[in-house]
Amino acid sequence: MSKDDEILRILEDNARVSDKDIATMLDIPVEEVSRIIKSMEEQKIIRKYKTVINWEKFGREKVYAMIDVNIHPERDRGYDSIAERLMRFSEVRNLFLVSGMYDLFVLVEGNNMKEVAGFVAQKLAPLPQVTSTTTHFLLKKYKEDGDILFDREEAERQPISL
Amino acid sequence: MSGIAERVRKVPVSGIRKFFDLVLSMDDVISLGVGEPDFITPWHIREASIYSLERGHTMYTSNYGILELREAISEKVKESYNVEYNPENEVLITVGVSEAFDLAIRAVVNPGDEVLIPEPSYVSYKPCTIFAGGKPVIVETIEENEFKPVVEDIEKKITEKTKALVLSYPNNPTGATLGKGDLEDIADIVREYDLIVISDEIYGRLTYKGEHTCFSSLNGMRENTVYLNGFSKAYAMTGWRVGYAMSSEEIIEAMMKIHQYSMLCAPIMSQKAALEAVNTGDRDVEEMVRQYSRRKKILVKRLREIGLSCFEPGGAFYVFPSIKSTGLNSEEFATRLLEEEKVAVVPGNVFGSSGEGYLRLAYAASHEDINEALNRMERFLTYSHD
Repeated sequence: MSKDDEILRILEDNARVSDKDIATMLDIPVEEVSRIIKSMEEQKIIRKYKTVINWEKFGREKVYAMIDVNIHPERDRGYDSIAERLMRFSEVRNLFLVSGMYDLFVLVEGNNMKEVAGFVAQKLAPLPQVTSTTTHFLLKKYKEDGDILFDREEAERQPISL
Repeated sequence: MSGIAERVRKVPVSGIRKFFDLVLSMDDVISLGVGEPDFITPWHIREASIYSLERGHTMYTSNYGILELREAISEKVKESYNVEYNPENEVLITVGVSEAFDLAIRAVVNPGDEVLIPEPSYVSYKPCTIFAGGKPVIVETIEENEFKPVVEDIEKKITEKTKALVLSYPNNPTGATLGKGDLEDIADIVREYDLIVISDEIYGRLTYKGEHTCFSSLNGMRENTVYLNGFSKAYAMTGWRVGYAMSSEEIIEAMMKIHQYSMLCAPIMSQKAALEAVNTGDRDVEEMVRQYSRRKKILVKRLREIGLSCFEPGGAFYVFPSIKSTGLNSEEFATRLLEEEKVAVVPGNVFGSSGEGYLRLAYAASHEDINEALNRMERFLTYSHD
């Protein structure tokens, strides 16, 4: 595995590990770590550093809906023009073109159900290219972006053993 | 008159019990004293075991263990180390390497036979030898030699009663590894004195510099070696209790006889999990090894920064820093560090008298815990000298 690859894996798991610690882990000078990270930031391989937050635990309830959207594609531009329009809405958290029964998969976030329903009714469904929408409100998150979101899987090790 | 048998009475109750009880009685301890992975068994391995239970696989297996598992292990060992064992009669699935070691010793040791055991080493070799009626003969290893056994030191301890030599590399607690050259030198005396080698290679997959060499893969050593390994450390499967022994048909049959009458077989659900681990667990092992290796480097560097000399281990997940410069002995240091800074480590003398003056720190712990534990040790060192 290349140094670049290893650095990406370390940061993907924990973006707060210092350059100095990464340098120790990989046995390379700290300047080299900083240089590699900077270069990957410039190339946009590293897009940004985010934090995985359990907002529910913090006391803020967000409402999410997954919406299957059927689209009438445009000549020459296919699905891109409608997608480019949709992705600019801050309510849209994820937007994917998918195969199968539907064309676009949209994950929408709002502060309450009314907000999300309003977005669908006012912004999404009226678009001329949209032929139908099916809205699924999210009831419970179990796993998000590879992270299991509940605390059941704690290793219960003896505090000391030989 | 005591009703307890002489050979059991001879083995003292572990002196470390009091220290362990102290750790258990305290809350909020950061522990670098744990001898097992901090990873949970990978899900696909757990799931395979659950599935086998759903299908009703709850019976005894062959005394040797499930044939399919023996075949898969045989194949893996051949592929990794280029040494072949017949899965029909040269492989025995055991309840962890602990049982495998006990069986091996009991299978080859006659009363009064001497067994050479390099120390510091894992704590069960000496007692098992005594329980089997044998006499443990300790070969001390030292930091200056990176805790590798020196051939001359081994040779000096050989008498006409010497029957077997125990090797356990990568080593718990020192993290020492033996290269192919080191092992070849040992093989020479094994040949010369016709010894049996019991090689506990449970940490073999957790090797960070160079490749692990399986002792029985050395020229002519297959017939003299009982090769022991298991799933606990590499696949994070300590609680499943499943290990294996590979050796000549004669030795495996002898071990199987004891196993058959005392244990019958390893639990079938654990064997099913082990089968999944051998077949598809390589990626998990590689990922865990990468993580251990990173943490090891952080830990070694921090230890040196706070002024404790520390040899860079080549395997397992332990470092073994010297605390001789502090003037405290291992147990004093560990007890005070626990009481005053709430950090648990294992005093080195537990692993034999040559471990006195050292501590065993496990880096099977999170990056954050390692850093915090080292901050506390650093603080402890500033005032503990007075």
